[in-house]
Amino acid sequence: MARLIDRRMGVFLAGLFILTVALPMASSAAAGQLVPAYLVSLVGKYLCYALLAVALDLVWGFCGILSLGHGAFFALGGYAMGMYLMRQIGPRGVYGDPVLPDFMVFLNWQELPWFWLGFDRFWFAALMVMAAPGLLAFVFGWFAFRSRVSGVYLSIITQAMTYALMLAFFRNEMGFGGNNGLTDFKDILGLDLTAASTRTGLFVASAVALAGGLMIARWITASRLGRVLVAIRDAEERTRFLGYRVEHYKLFVFTVSAAMAGVAGALYVPQVGIINPGEFSPANSIEIVIWVALGGRGTLIGAALGAFLVTLAKTVLTGWLPELWLFALGGLFIMVTLWLPGGVLGAIETGLTRLRAFASMRTKEIET
Amino acid sequence: MSGSLLYLSGVTKSFDGFAAINGLSLVIMPGELRAVIGPNGAGKTTMMDIITGKTHPDRGQVFWKEKVDLSRIDEVAAARLGIGRKFQKPTVIDSLTVAENLELALKGQRGLTARLFGRSSRTMHADIMQIADRIGLAASRNDLAGTLSHGQKQWLEIGMLLAQDPDLMLVDEPAAGMTDEETMRTAELLRSIAGHRAVIVVEHDMDFVRALGCKVTVLHQGRVLAEGPLDFVSANPEVIEVYLGR
Ligand SMILES: Nc1ncnc2c1ncn2[C@@H]1O[C@H](COP(=O)(O)OP(=O)(O)O)[C@@H](O)[C@H]1O
Ligand SMILES: [Mg+2]
Repeated sequence: MARLIDRRMGVFLAGLFILTVALPMASSAAAGQLVPAYLVSLVGKYLCYALLAVALDLVWGFCGILSLGHGAFFALGGYAMGMYLMRQIGPRGVYGDPVLPDFMVFLNWQELPWFWLGFDRFWFAALMVMAAPGLLAFVFGWFAFRSRVSGVYLSIITQAMTYALMLAFFRNEMGFGGNNGLTDFKDILGLDLTAASTRTGLFVASAVALAGGLMIARWITASRLGRVLVAIRDAEERTRFLGYRVEHYKLFVFTVSAAMAGVAGALYVPQVGIINPGEFSPANSIEIVIWVALGGRGTLIGAALGAFLVTLAKTVLTGWLPELWLFALGGLFIMVTLWLPGGVLGAIETGLTRLRAFASMRTKEIET
Repeated sequence: MSGSLLYLSGVTKSFDGFAAINGLSLVIMPGELRAVIGPNGAGKTTMMDIITGKTHPDRGQVFWKEKVDLSRIDEVAAARLGIGRKFQKPTVIDSLTVAENLELALKGQRGLTARLFGRSSRTMHADIMQIADRIGLAASRNDLAGTLSHGQKQWLEIGMLLAQDPDLMLVDEPAAGMTDEETMRTAELLRSIAGHRAVIVVEHDMDFVRALGCKVTVLHQGRVLAEGPLDFVSANPEVIEVYLGR
């Protein structure tokens, strides 16, 4: 079996660790706020995107399932967390109802819908963060993979799935806050969400989740099951004729990936302070694919790196030249497909290998 | 037929009204080596699809070891029963190494949890080495399958079939794209495999079929046109007419 932490993973985790320790310290009052405090939540958000990208890479990079609906799993995890945060508000809402969130009072609802029950408890919400997207992926995959829907057709129906969910969540009657979504959160686990310490805690939790997600994905892909996934990606028919129930393997990895995306969404919501149906928009799901392709498909680390770089570029560019962002993203995507088939990670690694070869050549020259 | 490994009787399969297989009957005994020849479109690949559960016949019987009805099961179930198949176009897992390809094919452990938690054992390594050696790829066992030559890929795929340890191997046009020397070595390999397990080989290359030195079935328009030793069938005027004569 391949080693769980290879060199690539080791370097990445070390970098992530340094970031996790250094950023909150640099932004603290004790350090004289070397960097602005908002950076903690911003980078925390990027870490959630990185985890989402790892989840997509697990199915797309290793099993060839090009999901264009992973944004939906992310959003569902986010909504599950949002529901918990809503119920944490308690009587502090604008209308002061002890149980009902503001939007329900506004809609003249008399009692909490059944699917909101239990969300006042953190453990239940945490479970739902993974169970809701996991269950959707399982049911969806059950039908899709058993009927051998694959390739472009599968991509299209995943896109349709997230679109349908977006329309559903826009409706007030659904009971998820409609258009406005869920917001005005006050605290999490009794801790004030605006406090620097809480923000740091969420940031660290995101980093830990990313590291954990990477390790789980790596464990799966480096196992003997991972070989079956790659076989399905490269030659699905062959794998079936070897006696593997391809649909079971796809279902497994799709469900795990969806749950992972849900966790990413759940950590994202308290850091940005809102979740609304826009998160289900088809364009979001496509953007995740671009992160993975740019970073380097099938490498896990590359996916995380890609998410980080692209969303960073997005923050900078949209603040500066908002009209240009989509063109820049498109251009970047074309450039990478044309010139960097291994993505950014592939480019970095070839660059390093060349540099090393060059350096050893130079030392030999000097020695002789 | 008593003691048969595979028994096809009156099998028919139509695609949009066109009968690709039309009343096909065939008996394969355990350990037998059989060559199936026939012009393009004769139904050879479709016949393999039916035996491996990829396609279900419209009519007729397909029996495995005289009791299992193959017309009702799928590819995965057929593979698990002990039917291995090599595709017409060589298909190996390009981004895995030769050894990993063989490990994937190795008999046993097809379930999710067994694959997730299980580790390869010493005997598995020994089996993989032995097969790699047999298909002449021992030296390249750690190379990615994608880097192999066309002929080596064909062998690797045959090796994967061996690793499955099936009772019947279906081999679709193994000599396609091979040099003469590779073709002869492949014939030798298949001959050495038969006896222990049954092998059905579909092939166009007459020298190759001759080198196999086994019973030949000539397929034409989805039916058996002639059956017997190569010299016998090639003397058949009908066979000459549809196939060999040109
Ligand atoms: N899935 C299919 N749909 C329609 N026609 C098919 C299909 N599979 C095979 N055929 C037709 O059946 C006939 C036999 O094909 P095939 O078994 O591939 O022949 P061979 O392998 O002997 O060259 C051909 O005319 C082919 O076009
Ligand atoms: Mg054919």
